[in-house]
Amino acid sequence: MTSAAGPITAGEPPASAGLGAKSRRRFAGVPYFLLLPGLLWLAVFFVIPMVFLLSQSLQTGTLETGYRLTFHFATYSDALSSFGHQFLRSFEYAFLATLLALLIGYPLAYAIALKAGRWKPVLLVMVVAPFFTSFLLRTLAWQTILNSDGLVVRFFRSTHLISLTRALGWTNGDQLLNSPLAVVTGLTYNFLPFMTLPLFASLDRLDPRLLEAAGDLYATPLTAFRRVTLPMSMPGVVAGTLLTFIPAAGDFINSQLLGNPKTAMIGQVIQGYFLRINDYPTAAALSFALMLTILVLVSVYVRRSGTEELV
Amino acid sequence: MPATSGDLQLSSLTKRFGPFTAVDGLDLTIPQGSFFALLGPSGCGKTTTLRMIAGLEQPTQGEIRIGGQDITFDKPYRRPVNTVFQSYALFPHLTVWENVAFGLKRRRAEQVDKQVGEVLELTELAGLAKRKPAQLSGGQQQRVALARAIVNKPAVLLLDEPLGALDLKLRRQMQVELKRIQTEVGLTFVHVTHDQEEAMTMADTIAVMNAGRIEQLGAPAELYEHPATTFAANFLGQSNLIRATVKDRQPDVATVALPTGTVRVPADRLPAGVDEVWVGVRPEKISVSGDAGSEQAASGPNRIDGGVVTDASFMGVSTQYLVRTPWQQELTVFEQNRDGSGIHRVGDRVSLSFATQHTFALDAGQDAEAGIELDSEVVG
Amino acid sequence: MVATVGQRPAGVTRSAGPARRRRPPWVVLRENVVWVVAVLALIYLLLPNLVVVLFSFNKPNGRFNYTWQRFSLDAWLHPCAAPGMCDSLGLSLKIGVVATLVATVLGTMIAFALARYRFRGRAGSNLLIFLPMATPEVVMGSSLLTLFVSLGIPLGRLTILIAHIMFCLSYVVVTVKARVAGLDPRLEQAAADLYANEWQTFRRITLPLVAPGIAAGALLAFSLSFDDYIITNFNASNASITFPMYVWGAAARGTPVQINVIGTTMFVLAVLAVAVGQLAGRRRAR
Repeated sequence: MTSAAGPITAGEPPASAGLGAKSRRRFAGVPYFLLLPGLLWLAVFFVIPMVFLLSQSLQTGTLETGYRLTFHFATYSDALSSFGHQFLRSFEYAFLATLLALLIGYPLAYAIALKAGRWKPVLLVMVVAPFFTSFLLRTLAWQTILNSDGLVVRFFRSTHLISLTRALGWTNGDQLLNSPLAVVTGLTYNFLPFMTLPLFASLDRLDPRLLEAAGDLYATPLTAFRRVTLPMSMPGVVAGTLLTFIPAAGDFINSQLLGNPKTAMIGQVIQGYFLRINDYPTAAALSFALMLTILVLVSVYVRRSGTEELV
Repeated sequence: MPATSGDLQLSSLTKRFGPFTAVDGLDLTIPQGSFFALLGPSGCGKTTTLRMIAGLEQPTQGEIRIGGQDITFDKPYRRPVNTVFQSYALFPHLTVWENVAFGLKRRRAEQVDKQVGEVLELTELAGLAKRKPAQLSGGQQQRVALARAIVNKPAVLLLDEPLGALDLKLRRQMQVELKRIQTEVGLTFVHVTHDQEEAMTMADTIAVMNAGRIEQLGAPAELYEHPATTFAANFLGQSNLIRATVKDRQPDVATVALPTGTVRVPADRLPAGVDEVWVGVRPEKISVSGDAGSEQAASGPNRIDGGVVTDASFMGVSTQYLVRTPWQQELTVFEQNRDGSGIHRVGDRVSLSFATQHTFALDAGQDAEAGIELDSEVVG
Repeated sequence: MVATVGQRPAGVTRSAGPARRRRPPWVVLRENVVWVVAVLALIYLLLPNLVVVLFSFNKPNGRFNYTWQRFSLDAWLHPCAAPGMCDSLGLSLKIGVVATLVATVLGTMIAFALARYRFRGRAGSNLLIFLPMATPEVVMGSSLLTLFVSLGIPLGRLTILIAHIMFCLSYVVVTVKARVAGLDPRLEQAAADLYANEWQTFRRITLPLVAPGIAAGALLAFSLSFDDYIITNFNASNASITFPMYVWGAAARGTPVQINVIGTTMFVLAVLAVAVGQLAGRRRAR
């Protein structure tokens, strides 16, 4: 039976195409016509460059003498052994930032989705508001917030937290800036909205009556959270995690502005090797290796949830 | 375009979705100016039929004609047909006035203001012209949907369960309203519904649909009193169906043997050529009287003695009894609350009686459970 | 006499439940811990913004604007005093506008295709659109660089523009698609039923209802383009400095207060845009 309602059901053409099969048959190519320009742009300026990147990583030569494709795989092993630290560090910081973002972002998203009521739109704007200013400026602002004479540092010093963080290797000397702590703080800050918004979208879809039903069936609030809310918000958790971890792994702005040479992340190395040292093969190898690692993660996710949830 | 008028004709109309046949070779003529109902349970193909008439679905086979003109493959905006959607489908960003004027404007009609004004008066929406749909109640939205369709004076107006979302009282009110408007405006209304009471209230003719086919076609009273199939007997109102064998056929009446006792059935209500039948009688046609020995014999010679009341529900207007017969079948009886006298109680021994002319018989090969709706269906 | 006691079925007794108990303080804290964390998180999110705004009124002693000296309107009164900043701003705006235009058109087309039609290659299309959002900017920027270098295309405004359109597309698609998918297709059926042909239906029903989504997508594209540093840096030349590139350079050379002025202005404009959008949406619904 045809549903008078909208959603696409199996075996039935999308309801909007119900303007008569004649129009459908004549313009069966409509979706392809709509897709073509945009997808072509992506194919030419996203996919093909990746091919060039791979090819570049297997070439030898210099910018002056020109490059030849020699399939010099040693570039990869050389690059990875030289910069394995930075690679690992990038993933380590990204992981920390993602974890922190999850721990901070989940309650935030929860509060907005399920407890905010009238204030929901206002709070959402506040989550997105950071984007309204250039992120470089905002990251620079952390230099101000964490600098040696600022309130935050003075608080850390007076409570001797600074000794603790120094002992853990998170900070150096008497400062909070130019340290791993500052870098992770900045990373978490930068990507917190990317974690919060998908979480919010997922939690917003949760019908609060499900929680009422759980309570009716003798579940304490904590149990209801564990067994109803958390599982149902999982798509949001996965999406938020991906959208946070991946860009964080490649980021280097935070590390450059808030860290020191010992906190260098792989992005810095790649940029340096491309733009200053002009060692394109090495830089390309590092870049491609980063991309590959991330592709693996994405494909694991896609295998589990399919592609419809992505876009 | 909408200048044509005339009968709506469906010929061998078929719609298949892959292996599933939603509408199976429908042949139907709907006279111009009539109020026609397509009645059937969820999934019977009535909405699909409606959408094919509107042009929102393409038939797999068959033809649709209005006044002789073939519109089977015309685009919806080329047909002199308008639809009142189940969900109203009012344009949320336009005012009531703009919604109603929409069709007129697309056709570049003249005197748009005047026509819109008249229709708003007719549907009692005059003061709401500047509002947006979100600011209207359910009943008001429903009337806007109706006004929007009617103002175009289509040859055929289709209504897809338009009253489904309204509460009971409002629904009853709108049933009367729709009938009044249809009579006043004189358009052909084709109303799709699963609510048999609604169909019987409003329609001149009802087509009972089941599994893509028409089971029976006729005026409400005709369908109700003379159901041709068990489906019609069960779907319209309720029926008691008792397994029986024909014993003797006379020119005007036949004697049929129930598991216990016999009853008489008018000859023209007996299926020809079969002796195994379902004997049917509607619950409101049955009278209940006390013990067999009591003098309160009710109307009609058909009797079933030895019944035991297993349930008695007082409903104000009537009392509904379930009576178990000697052969262990539970029959339903509605006894009208004429004089407020006491009701029979569970466990009472009673006799049931009903008139010959209220008795009918159907081929026993048909499914006695057909058409019985277990829940009230909401979405078509 | 009117009966006041209802029929009591046998076997049921009524017991009064306990009155609302006084709750111990740790319960109160536990119930509100979500809000506490949420508020702290919001402070964490907005603190840098406030700092940016605040320090646009600073008058620093040295080249850098990191410590508060004293209040001053100098930067606001002379916004273009910092050499090269206004030029970079102009370039960022120009590129932003063009990139937004192209990305919005292409992205909206894709969104309609994905939301409305079933077609082969759907999974592939979804993946292709998702990938740029999931790829680190370093990788995207550097790969484009290798493309341009290999093809001998000179770096500059054109290459920056190409890159921006590329990474904005996906975000437009996601934003618009959500809106299109939420559009009730029965509205378009109703329009056709009321004599509107395909073009009229699109113009009068579909487009007005999807417009907020397209606007949101365009806004998102513009802010992504305006704010981008990494990809831009890979594909720019010394002659084409965008605002983020200028800020990055300033972080090493010396940060003029004017960059805070620009940052604050952007912030205020964006907040206004959102406020206007909300009000317009509410008025439309009324």
